[in-house]
Amino acid sequence: MRPLSLVAPLALSVILAGCASEPVMQDGIRVNDPFERQNRRVHAFNKAFDERVVAPVARLASPGDGASDSPGAMDLVINAGSNLSLPGKVVNSVMQGRPEPAIKNFFRFAVNTTLGIGGLFDPAGRDFGLPEQDTDFGETLAVWGVPEGVYLELPILGPSTQRDAVGKVVDLAIDPLNHVLHRDGAWAAFGLRVASKAGDRARFGETVDSVLQGSADSYAQLRLIYLMHRRHELNEEGTEIDPYAETADDAIDPYAE
Amino acid sequence: MLLGGAAALSVAPLRGAWALDSNHAHALIDTALGEVYGVINSGKPTAQMYRDFESIFVRYADVDVIARSALGPAARQADPAALSAYTQAFQGYIGRKYGKRFREFIGSKIEVTGARPLKSFYAVTSVAYLNGRAPMEVEWHVSDKSGRDRFFNIIIEGVNMLASERAEISAMLTARRGDLAALTADLQAAG
Repeated sequence: MRPLSLVAPLALSVILAGCASEPVMQDGIRVNDPFERQNRRVHAFNKAFDERVVAPVARLASPGDGASDSPGAMDLVINAGSNLSLPGKVVNSVMQGRPEPAIKNFFRFAVNTTLGIGGLFDPAGRDFGLPEQDTDFGETLAVWGVPEGVYLELPILGPSTQRDAVGKVVDLAIDPLNHVLHRDGAWAAFGLRVASKAGDRARFGETVDSVLQGSADSYAQLRLIYLMHRRHELNEEGTEIDPYAETADDAIDPYAE
Repeated sequence: MLLGGAAALSVAPLRGAWALDSNHAHALIDTALGEVYGVINSGKPTAQMYRDFESIFVRYADVDVIARSALGPAARQADPAALSAYTQAFQGYIGRKYGKRFREFIGSKIEVTGARPLKSFYAVTSVAYLNGRAPMEVEWHVSDKSGRDRFFNIIIEGVNMLASERAEISAMLTARRGDLAALTADLQAAG
């Protein structure tokens, strides 16, 4: 069994889910969330999972208050895992018709896999000016003109949209590593990438905690942050709130009462 | 630190002396960031740092309009005394909440890269370089509509502070069934 077989049923349910719904403006951004009831149930599960499993493990792995300069074990895992994500990103950039990030990520992968000892270290970013060019199949779909679809909170994986959820599944299918490596190798690579994501969670633990545990309505807050960030990443609509214009519209008129 | 603060205060221009333009918006954010990094690198106790962040926020941001916008339609019905108590609690909450985040910025730097007119205000762009992380785009929205040059929104990689605080404050207000005084009390402990 390859990692892909786990997520295929999920993908199918996402694709089959209906798209017909009315987006509403909420807190200054467009939100399309007809499955809010189900999403909130998944969110409650994710939040408990994060609190009881992910956060304690992340705290164990994180090196104290560490802003240390030498990379710890966690940094090595994060580096190696994200290095393995590069071939898939190259494929996506090519499909988006964007040769520049494809070439950069190709050389980043080549440098870090060799000089960086299988991606444990990041000489490409540090010495060659080749930071990771982030992309995925969700972005490829956006470039191809596929609409965002409705908002979804996926079990464990967290906030997403229909387009991004399909993207995640396709990313596993088209990942060149999955085709080059034999079965055990593919699972090992998958495990390393999951560990890398967990490392990221540990590194930005305070930020994640402040949103998940510190918000009055963490579901709405996470949805808002995800949609704003994702639309910014994909160069889709921005949010420009003009509170002065609102103040004028909302001006208190004591004579009107 | 005190001297730096005084100098910064005199830099913050009064309306009428000159109109807001890209250069002034750029300079405002530069100066504010200089003060923020002064606090981050001061090594003071965290409680003192949060108070310092609050004071920077009050001097460089249009707290009234941010607090009002975060409260949404409820601000219309509120009586002035309750609104002002809420605004006071809100600025302390922001100082603590974002103060905690700024601590992750130790050893980082933010470069102001440009400013441009946007709608009826100015957008100042900057890039934050954090340890072990891809550079982040941070955009500041600056207006002189309050009578002084002040920023009223920060957008970090697309994540909009006003929108985020609207969602937060409206959820807190809902939890208190619309009671502004209770929300104000909650805000004094939040962040």
